[in-house]
Amino acid sequence: MSKRILNIVTCAYRATLEEQDDPILWLTHSMRAAKAPVDVLLLSNAVCYLVRDQDASGLTLGGWSQSHPPRLVDDAAALADGGASVFYNAADARTRGIDPADVVDAAIPIETEALPELLSRYDLILNW
Amino acid sequence: MTTGKTFTFALMDPPFETARSTTALRLIDATLRRGHHVNVFAYEGAVYLPFALQQAHANAAHGRSAEEEDHPLPRRWIADLMAAAAAAGVKLDWVNCGLCVDERGARESIEGVRRGGPPDFVSFIEASDNTLVVPTRD
Repeated sequence: MSKRILNIVTCAYRATLEEQDDPILWLTHSMRAAKAPVDVLLLSNAVCYLVRDQDASGLTLGGWSQSHPPRLVDDAAALADGGASVFYNAADARTRGIDPADVVDAAIPIETEALPELLSRYDLILNW
Repeated sequence: MTTGKTFTFALMDPPFETARSTTALRLIDATLRRGHHVNVFAYEGAVYLPFALQQAHANAAHGRSAEEEDHPLPRRWIADLMAAAAAAGVKLDWVNCGLCVDERGARESIEGVRRGGPPDFVSFIEASDNTLVVPTRD
C-alpha cells in the first residue's frame, strides 16, 4: 500500500518565471503520475497561487519575450482535477487580503486550528 | 553493522550558496555512520552538488596556493561519503533529477551518481523508513 504524502509549499515563487511553473506543484504532478497519492497544502505566500485573476505574462529581456509564463492557478486546479486535494491556509489568505471568492473553486480552505488533524491523515509530510 | 533501515533525503539547494547543503551532507554522513542506508534525490540546483568539474582554487585573500587552501568541494565530499558507505557495507544511492540536470548543463557528475526523476523519488519514499526534505528557502 502506498504511503499517503502531503507536499507543503510555504516558499512561493521559487524560480517560477524560469521554470514556468512552481517546482513543487510540478513535482507533485509528476509524483502522482508515478502513482503516489500526493496532496498539496499551500501556506504563507504560496496561498497566492490560488488567486484566479493573476497574470505573470510580459517578461522580456533584450529581444526575448516569454511565450509560456507560469499559470500557477491553472497548475493547482489541474492537480485538483486529477484527484489531488489542494488545501490552503485560510488565515494566510485573509492576512493577504485574498477574498475567498477570488480563489479557484477546487481549493479547500483549512483553518490553522484544523491543520494538526489534516496532517494526521498522512503517512509522510514533506515540507518544501 | 547495518541496521537495515533506509532514509531518503531530498535536496534542493545548489553548492556554495547556503549552509543548508553542507548541513544536509553532514546529516547524510551521520546517517551512514549509524549503519543506515541512504537515498538522495537531488532536485533543482542540488544536481550541481556532485558536479564533476568543480575545481579548487588559490585564495589570494588568504595568501594560500590552491594546494594550501585545500578548498572544500561538495563533489569530493559526496565521493567520500560514497566510499565510506561502501566500506561500511551500507548503500548511498544518489539520483540527480534529469530534467534539472539538462536545464543547467550539469551532466558531468562524479561516478556513482545516476540520472533519474520523480518516479525514483516515489520509489525511494516507498522503500524508506522516513524521508527528509531540505528545500531552498528565501
